[in-house]
Amino acid sequence: MPAVAETLDTVQSVTEGTYKWGFSTDIEMDFAPKGLNEDIVRFISAKKNEPQWLLDWRLKAYATWLKMDEPTWPSVKYPKIDFQDAYYYAAPKVKSGPKSLDEVDPELLKTYAKLGIPLKEQAILAGVEGAGDSPSEGGRMPIAVDAVFDSVSVATSYKARLAKDGIIFCAISEAVHEYPELVRQYLGSVVPQGDNYYAALNSAVFTDGSFVYIPKGVRCPMELSTYFRINAKSTGQFERTLIIADEGAVVSYLEGCTAPMRDENQLHAAVVELVAMDDAQIKYSTVQNWYPGDAEGRGGIYNFVTKRAQCRGARSKVSWTQVETGSAITWKYPSCVLLGDDSVGEFYSVAITNNHQQADTGTKMIHVGKRTTSTIVSKGISAGKGQNTYRGLVRVAPSASGARNHTQCDSLLIGDQCGAHTVPYIENRNMTAKVEHEATTSRIAEDQLFYCRQRGLSEEDAVGLIVNGFCREVLKELPMEFAVEAQKLLQISLEGSVG
Amino acid sequence: MNAAVNSGAEGFLHRFDGLRARLPGTRMPWVQALREDAATRFRSAGFPTRRVEAWKYTDLRPVSDAGFDEALSILGDSADLPAPLCDRRAVFVDGRFREDASTLGSAEFAVDGLAQRLPQLEGRLGSLARPQEEPLVALNTMLFEDGLVVTVPAGVAGGLLELASFASGSERPAAFHPRHLIRLEAGASLTIVESARGPAETRYLHNPVFEIEVAEGATLTHTRVQQEGAKAFQLGTIYARVEAGGTYDNFTLNAGGRLVRNEIHVTLAGPRATCHMNGAQLLRHGQHADTTTFLDHAAPDCASRQTYKTVLSGKSRGVFQGKIHVHQVAQRTDGYQMNQALLLSPDAEIDSKPQLEIYADDVKCSHGATVGALDAEQLFYLRARGIPEEAARSMLVQAFLAEAIEGVADATSRAALEAAVSGWWEPAA
Amino acid sequence: MLKIEGLTAEVEGKPILKGIDLEVPDGEIHAIMGPNGSGKSTLSYVLAGRDGYEVTGGTAHFNGVDLLGLEPEERAAIGVFLAFQYPVELPGVGNANFLRTALNAQRRARGEGELDAMQFLKAARARLKELQMSEEMLKRGVNVGFSGGEKKRNEVLQMALLRPKLAILDETDSGLDIDALKIVADGVNALRAPEFSSLVITHYQRLLDYIVPDRVHVLMAGRIVKSGGPELAKELEATGYASVQAAA
Repeated sequence: MPAVAETLDTVQSVTEGTYKWGFSTDIEMDFAPKGLNEDIVRFISAKKNEPQWLLDWRLKAYATWLKMDEPTWPSVKYPKIDFQDAYYYAAPKVKSGPKSLDEVDPELLKTYAKLGIPLKEQAILAGVEGAGDSPSEGGRMPIAVDAVFDSVSVATSYKARLAKDGIIFCAISEAVHEYPELVRQYLGSVVPQGDNYYAALNSAVFTDGSFVYIPKGVRCPMELSTYFRINAKSTGQFERTLIIADEGAVVSYLEGCTAPMRDENQLHAAVVELVAMDDAQIKYSTVQNWYPGDAEGRGGIYNFVTKRAQCRGARSKVSWTQVETGSAITWKYPSCVLLGDDSVGEFYSVAITNNHQQADTGTKMIHVGKRTTSTIVSKGISAGKGQNTYRGLVRVAPSASGARNHTQCDSLLIGDQCGAHTVPYIENRNMTAKVEHEATTSRIAEDQLFYCRQRGLSEEDAVGLIVNGFCREVLKELPMEFAVEAQKLLQISLEGSVG
Repeated sequence: MNAAVNSGAEGFLHRFDGLRARLPGTRMPWVQALREDAATRFRSAGFPTRRVEAWKYTDLRPVSDAGFDEALSILGDSADLPAPLCDRRAVFVDGRFREDASTLGSAEFAVDGLAQRLPQLEGRLGSLARPQEEPLVALNTMLFEDGLVVTVPAGVAGGLLELASFASGSERPAAFHPRHLIRLEAGASLTIVESARGPAETRYLHNPVFEIEVAEGATLTHTRVQQEGAKAFQLGTIYARVEAGGTYDNFTLNAGGRLVRNEIHVTLAGPRATCHMNGAQLLRHGQHADTTTFLDHAAPDCASRQTYKTVLSGKSRGVFQGKIHVHQVAQRTDGYQMNQALLLSPDAEIDSKPQLEIYADDVKCSHGATVGALDAEQLFYLRARGIPEEAARSMLVQAFLAEAIEGVADATSRAALEAAVSGWWEPAA
Repeated sequence: MLKIEGLTAEVEGKPILKGIDLEVPDGEIHAIMGPNGSGKSTLSYVLAGRDGYEVTGGTAHFNGVDLLGLEPEERAAIGVFLAFQYPVELPGVGNANFLRTALNAQRRARGEGELDAMQFLKAARARLKELQMSEEMLKRGVNVGFSGGEKKRNEVLQMALLRPKLAILDETDSGLDIDALKIVADGVNALRAPEFSSLVITHYQRLLDYIVPDRVHVLMAGRIVKSGGPELAKELEATGYASVQAAA
């Protein structure tokens, strides 16, 4: 795996900390006034020229949010957030009208090129540059990208090609106008407005995100991806993604994200809703690399995200894979509500916390349909002063005869200043269901390190190798390009944790 | 937490107001201070509701709504006590120590009732179980009338001691809150076999609190057979602190009662201390049993093992919550926890929440949980060999439980457990 | 090749090596024999640079380089290979991946070109064939779920691929049946060359029937108490260590 060697070069080449996506783009922006009130909600809705029903929906969510309390149950600590001290809308100034790649501001194109996300069609998502480990680039399927910059989608590639198969892939703000029936039918149907504090906030002020609809029987011919970038200062990002796979449809969707290095904490509160009908399959992969803050814990993104899938149809399947290396605080539980008989939910997760990072992440698998099955594999790595919590729920309803769950939660500790915690909830109300949970905690053993070093590996390389081995079950679930990027990220994230 | 005191809590507070002058220790300022503190705490906390994380799966409303309005607990007749399990037995009826019914013999260590020893217990009573942390401990501290006080001097092998608790049964619902203090000095050993029983038709609340101190190199084996009456509530809380090289072994069988909570807090406070916490819950009809354990690894090189098994039939509900907390100093901790549940009925429910909280890196900690029905293949195998289905089921359930009980080394303890298990199974089969 | 002078070392404050003098010339195989607890494994760990094995005096030079001043991976890169008595398991780390990473790390350290996946696979397959090992071996996690014999064979496979100048075999024969023993021996013998030396640490004479040493040293209580030709091993087999102790 030369990835390890290259990673090391990468690490060494970065002088300012380890976060190489920390630059910011200087571009003329449109801002809403700072703060949050009903007028801001109206402002956002007006900016996007939304129909009345959506404004009403937002206002209802805002009213709900006002009545809710910030959750205190996650095992994370942070100063109280001042929701009035942020911008809820920030967008690069563009002339109105349909977006085409040619019209995108060259500064933005440069930004995405620098992030390794070429928006030009035919180009590919190469992940971290210099991904020499990938197979030859000739025969590969391209990837369609929706690029979301602060509050708006700036470009979406391959729309025309996808439309040939009847696939809709566009910014959700565009879908509101182009496919109002679909959006109205599904928006909030998986994550209701009042589901939780941050989902309510998102429902009130969400600005953009991706919309995907795969029609009956269609297997999406390429990977779809959204690349989220927070750029502006003091800005929150509230994206909303909605993916619907109709009967028999199959889609693989990737999500990546980065932000500049800033001393302040910025809030990212997204909502992702997935709907899978009979025999549909959705694979949703995330490499979350928001700015984690510096070694002293200054700055970094608060990543408070609600992701949920409904397997509505029989034999439908949703698979979540996440590699969480970034963010100062991560709070997310990508979940599956298994309604359809024989439906399948999967959750594969790697979460790393180094320095002062905190992560409270896991999943919920709600078994309702008969013979529904779920698999949970969670790998938590704590280093530095990082705190890492797996929190998960497996609930088997009385109706879920023959349901099966298997959960494997492993924690790896690197250093004696960090913490690793496991909080699973198992609730079973059906005697024919079978639920199994296993959790282990360990550290990298001195003899493993010595063995690798005796064979010629440096200590950093050895740690990277062992950590990648520890995460292998999860990494193998990622699409190729992401897997390579993820392996490198793991090592970069652990920089400075040994020695 | 809830600011409004619910009616059940109010009832207990009224009782305390009325009993102040009659409870043991009235003339001892330190006892009064403990009780008043506890009352203040209980007044503000009330009974824990399900919004409190540790009580997520157990609803105490049946207890708080029950209205235990008797003044002092009723001292019933203890004529029909079952035969003792061993030579020494301390008998409690309705939470009161009954020296007349006990056989204490003369031994190298003292076994006393708490009420009579109270003057000597300042600083000891309340040193481990603190009302601030647990509303039920507050309730107990506010209203305790008696309990068991055992001190095994350094190096003494204390042998076996039976702690038998009976509810006498009365017209009106009684509540009793015994406080048991067990202390093993350095190198001492003791095996306690505890049983709790009561009449099937009477509603009562048994709310015992144990404070257990295991000094350097001492070993306490604590076997508990809970067979309270079918309408009874038992809310038991144990606090144990184990010093260097000491061992605390607890096995709790929950077979009786309508609503039962078995909460155990163990702190491994010195290096190389060991704790085994095992147990089984056998539930049927509408029973609710909750085992909640907190294992604090607060020193290096300690080991803990936990295995809990729950069998559920009827509309019963079982709960297991187990937290292992490894402090940063507790390097080289070896912690293991397993909980398994067997569902025999479509209406039963099991909730399980194992939990690891780890702040030290050189540790080996794991937990596992399995929930399921009887294995269809095993059942078929037995039936194919000619064993009738009911017998085959019974065999498999007993095998499931045997795994837990086999680990109990003390023969008297094991016999008591096996008797309770077969007693549970017979009428159900 | 290897020159050790007056080497003393301790583990957790306890002196284990109490003054080792040993010279292994180019192309020679030396055996170190001794009873349990004599310091055999400590010597191999000290030479490979394991933490916790503290050198308190003396020197060890490898082709003129001060071995004791190098990190473990630097020692590996200049050609020191330790076949572990108890090879550790690395869950999730594929054997092929591990071998290629190690090989390329060493090649890079020596300023040699790295092998790409195909070149590596070709080389690995050739070694597997020589050692009569299945290709399955490459796909599995490093030593995970391997039997004792498989782990030792895996050590030999690594040695064959990494082509060290000095191979230290730490009781590689323990727990091996006769067939596995022969494979290990064949692996070492195949590397025999004027620029290859080996230090074979063993408790029994058995392995030395297959890897015939040029010199045999007896290590007892942290010192080499006797040295001789291959016949010394046979002598020990017959008379036991006690006789040497008495003589020493």
